[in-house]
Amino acid sequence: MARSKKNKQRDPEPSPEQSGTRPRRAPIIELNEATKVYPGGHMALDRVSLAIGRGEFVFLVGPTGCGKSTLIKMLIRELPATGGTVKIAGRDIGAMPDKKIPLLRRNIGTVFQDFKLLPNRTVYDNVAYALQVIGASRAEIREQVPATLRLVGLSTKLNSYPDQLSGGEQQRVSVARAFVNHPPLVLADEPSGNLDPVTSIGIMQLLYRINKTGTTVVVVTHDREMVDNMRRRVVELYEGRVVRDEVSGGYTEESTTEFGLRMRAEMGVGQQDEEQTNGHDHERLF
Amino acid sequence: MSRLIFFVKEALRALRRNGAPTLAAIVTTVVTVVLLGVLIPVFQTAQGKSEEIRDELNVQVELYADATKGEIAALREELVAVPHVSRVEFISKGQALNELKETLGAEKSRELLAQLKENPLPRSFRVTPDDPANLPGIEAAIITTGPNGKETKISPIVADIFDRESATQQIEQVTSALKIILTVITALLVLASLMLVGNTIRLSIYTRRREVEVMRLVGATRWFVRWPFMIEGVIVGFVGGVLAILILWLGKITVVDPLSDSIGLVRAQENVGFPTLVAILFAASILVSTIGSGVTLRRFLRV
Repeated sequence: MARSKKNKQRDPEPSPEQSGTRPRRAPIIELNEATKVYPGGHMALDRVSLAIGRGEFVFLVGPTGCGKSTLIKMLIRELPATGGTVKIAGRDIGAMPDKKIPLLRRNIGTVFQDFKLLPNRTVYDNVAYALQVIGASRAEIREQVPATLRLVGLSTKLNSYPDQLSGGEQQRVSVARAFVNHPPLVLADEPSGNLDPVTSIGIMQLLYRINKTGTTVVVVTHDREMVDNMRRRVVELYEGRVVRDEVSGGYTEESTTEFGLRMRAEMGVGQQDEEQTNGHDHERLF
Repeated sequence: MSRLIFFVKEALRALRRNGAPTLAAIVTTVVTVVLLGVLIPVFQTAQGKSEEIRDELNVQVELYADATKGEIAALREELVAVPHVSRVEFISKGQALNELKETLGAEKSRELLAQLKENPLPRSFRVTPDDPANLPGIEAAIITTGPNGKETKISPIVADIFDRESATQQIEQVTSALKIILTVITALLVLASLMLVGNTIRLSIYTRRREVEVMRLVGATRWFVRWPFMIEGVIVGFVGGVLAILILWLGKITVVDPLSDSIGLVRAQENVGFPTLVAILFAASILVSTIGSGVTLRRFLRV
């Protein structure tokens, strides 16, 4: 991959190169020599330094066990770093008191490989829960939840329970829950890990659309083909170290539809029309 | 306020969706409360009965027949001044006779009295201690037997004293043993039921630990997660309490009340007010179940 002029090989220093077009604000994610050693001595992350600016779309790739998931868990402080610092929007979350952690998490939408939906709640209630947690009013909930579900293409399934949905639909609910309060940062840990290629593109398209609203999106994946075709910044981890950090291909501005069409064409998966975003990720038989 | 409604709704939803663990928690609460409801009156009855017997323990101070009124009044003052004396009661010849008649029954006393020309019973003081354990001390104050067998009396008009010494000791031993045993049994039962309720609640939370995990990941504060569980605990305690009290009440009107007419010991239960008992049990059931939920949640709420 050609290293373009916007190559973002990071130093431990906080990104001075952003002074160009972007406002001079702290990067939304900033790791400085972040290290995680699990009890027992396994080193999951080895002095990782990384900065991700606001509005970026970043892939985090690497083989199983390279520390991707550990990194994500560290960003929402499900796991504390054992060395170095992790800053979100300029705040060192390692020094944050436990009481503030819920506040941190409300500002980070998280999507998981296994969806992590509440099984005894409807689609609507699952998404509404993220708003109830932050103390949103009922009027806000009534407005935001259907709007977000429309965005992810599930407006017809409001009253279904998670086990009545396909994997792709469940992941859409999970994305909706992550985005319903419009957090500045969305983390997706293997969002397409359990999904077929067509459905995966649908989810990626959704994340891309969210990114276009100005939200920073970090996607963990080991789907190389997907990453290569998306042409976004890629951070590769190997055995707990950053071994690659580059912007691949042209950072072209394309609409979500164009993006979807190109992705399907490049990955050779069927000419599905845009209706897919309306929630019909059919399992195609032929 | 809308928060509270939300939490109550959440709790009710959880209760509906987790039928089996909820039922288990309720049944455990019912069993605990019924046990307590039976034990508390039994404990109180035993306590009350033994105290009743202890109250009857006293020393009788017999007076010489030639004691004058002045001497008797003086002795009374002296007896009242003895430490640990709670009551001094003068019993005249007539009263003593009446008491004897009562003890013997009408027929026997008539036979007995027919053979007597006059009342042979002496005048006496009945001295009651504040606590039966102090009885020997009081006796020593009234009559002391010196090392040479010489008696020192509190007053020259005192002829002799009588008590039911052996009875006193026996009752003392039995009641203190009974107290200890009942206390231990009650404590063990309460402990066992607390653990049982706690365990049941833990089980029901454990089945929902994923739910709690998700709540935390979307940024719910600890108390936001905890409140519905606590309210759930209150509801379980409430329902369990109501059922248990219903069972106890049925037991009271069908078993205890009919028996209380014939058995004195059962009647003693009346000194435990049923409404008080209900209030205690109700508070206990809600408290136990709420604390049970709260403590169990702590483990799952660590960040």
